[in-house]
Amino acid sequence: MAKEMEVVIEKNNINTLENSTNMESVSSQKPKISVKNAKVWYGDFQAIKGISMDIKPNAVTAFIGPSGCGKSTFLRLFNRMNDYVDGFKMEGKIKIEGANIYKKKIHVEELRKEVGMVFQKPNPFPKSIFENVAYGLKIQGITDRKMIEARVEKALKQADLWEEVKNDLKKSALALSGGQQQRLCIARTLAVEPSIILMDEPTSALDPISTAKIEDLIFELKEKYTIIIVTHNMQQASRISDYTAFFYLGELVEYNKTKTIFTKPEKKHTENYITGRFG
Amino acid sequence: MSKIRINRWKDQLFKIWGITCTLIGLILLVVFIGDILIDGIMRIDWGFITNLPSRKPEKAGIYTALMGSLWVLGLTTVIAFPTGVAAAIYLEEYAKKGRFSAVLEINISNLAGVPSIIYGLLGLEIFVRVLGLGASVLAGSLTLSLLILPIIIVATRESIKAVPNTIRDASYALGASKWQTIWNQILPASSGGILTGVILSLSRAVGETAPLIVVGALAYVPFAPGNPLDEFSVLPIQIFNWISRPQHGFIENAAAAIIILLLVTFMMNGVAVYYRNKWQKRWK
Repeated sequence: MAKEMEVVIEKNNINTLENSTNMESVSSQKPKISVKNAKVWYGDFQAIKGISMDIKPNAVTAFIGPSGCGKSTFLRLFNRMNDYVDGFKMEGKIKIEGANIYKKKIHVEELRKEVGMVFQKPNPFPKSIFENVAYGLKIQGITDRKMIEARVEKALKQADLWEEVKNDLKKSALALSGGQQQRLCIARTLAVEPSIILMDEPTSALDPISTAKIEDLIFELKEKYTIIIVTHNMQQASRISDYTAFFYLGELVEYNKTKTIFTKPEKKHTENYITGRFG
Repeated sequence: MSKIRINRWKDQLFKIWGITCTLIGLILLVVFIGDILIDGIMRIDWGFITNLPSRKPEKAGIYTALMGSLWVLGLTTVIAFPTGVAAAIYLEEYAKKGRFSAVLEINISNLAGVPSIIYGLLGLEIFVRVLGLGASVLAGSLTLSLLILPIIIVATRESIKAVPNTIRDASYALGASKWQTIWNQILPASSGGILTGVILSLSRAVGETAPLIVVGALAYVPFAPGNPLDEFSVLPIQIFNWISRPQHGFIENAAAAIIILLLVTFMMNGVAVYYRNKWQKRWK
């Protein structure tokens, strides 16, 4: 498994190189994630009713839809965070870089190093800022202090937080503001060096200024990462995403380039939702 | 009198009644401690703590009983702390919620209510007789461990439950295994609550008398225990023994020993309160 993952990471690096020279070819590239007829049940309740879709690499894909439409559940399939939910059952195939992540032999821990996640409410550990970012590395068994320090600094810089916290890395993460905490959570995710980042309404608990900062950050990050973001904010989806998927009652109603979805959606249902006529 | 005035009057009356009820317990405790202090404080000196038991009250000391209590305290901690915490972690983090875990849960709560003398009888049969440990420190500590295990389990589960699920999510999402999440995040975050529960349950164990008498702790032991299989006495049994003597000197000794025992338990409770406050601050 470890070897398989190395190959995956190498492939990903090649993708990144290609991207930086030729951004237009994004749509013709192989999908980063490929979902085939995914169905999810919680006990008797069917939350996802057979969704198939391809997620493009190095782009921001937004999942929109009313509460309870299954978009968060669908997002959490990609790093298998639903596994802990009581009564969770899943059918169908999800392939990341061609490897089925629901195969028996998959190590969930390895998968999650490849697929990071940022949550709705900032959830730093009740530890120091440094410890928060270093945690993902320490659990991988990395003990080289210099290497950890370098990766922590790099991640905090990527998350645009370094300048604000570089002098008090030993301070408790809980002393930071909400927006800073969320950027710390992003830094923590980046430190593990994933290739995909899942974001579950990452700005819904933040003020407009902090939100703008996170949005800028997402824009910068998509150069290197594949980002999927769940959002209730239509403006946010149109501002930051390249592709948008509209979910309703566990089904994928429409999925297209964001521009198309917001200017000339194919389905009436989608139009009604994005113009705020329901939902 | 108008209705409003009657209501106000009732309100005042109930307030006074409430204050009285609150004070009853406190006043009794103050009177008791005052009485004990008057009787025993003059008796406490270095010799009282370091002397071996004696038939003459002025020569008798609590050395063997105090050492016995410390031995029991230490061994009980070593046995009950890891066992109780491990059981709580299993029940909270691993056990599937279902009929089996519900039955376990109810029974653990029930165990917390079983009278201590019953634990004594259990210890006598299993540890002293079947396992052949005799009336030893180890048998006594095992018995007390059984007694406080339910308290430790319940306290630990409560503090593990208080750790927000978002912390678990964050840890798992970074690629941590269940074990790493428990060890690196959940236990440190709940350590204050766990320590509080453990210390409070241990301070209860220090004061227990009945189960140890049943197990066979002796009132008169010439030497402090040197290893876990030695016979032993503990402070409460020493106090019980002295109070039943006719000479006035022994009553004084008993009062002095009570002061020492209270000091030990108050100190332990103080440490518990300190940790609880420190822990509560963390989540605010």
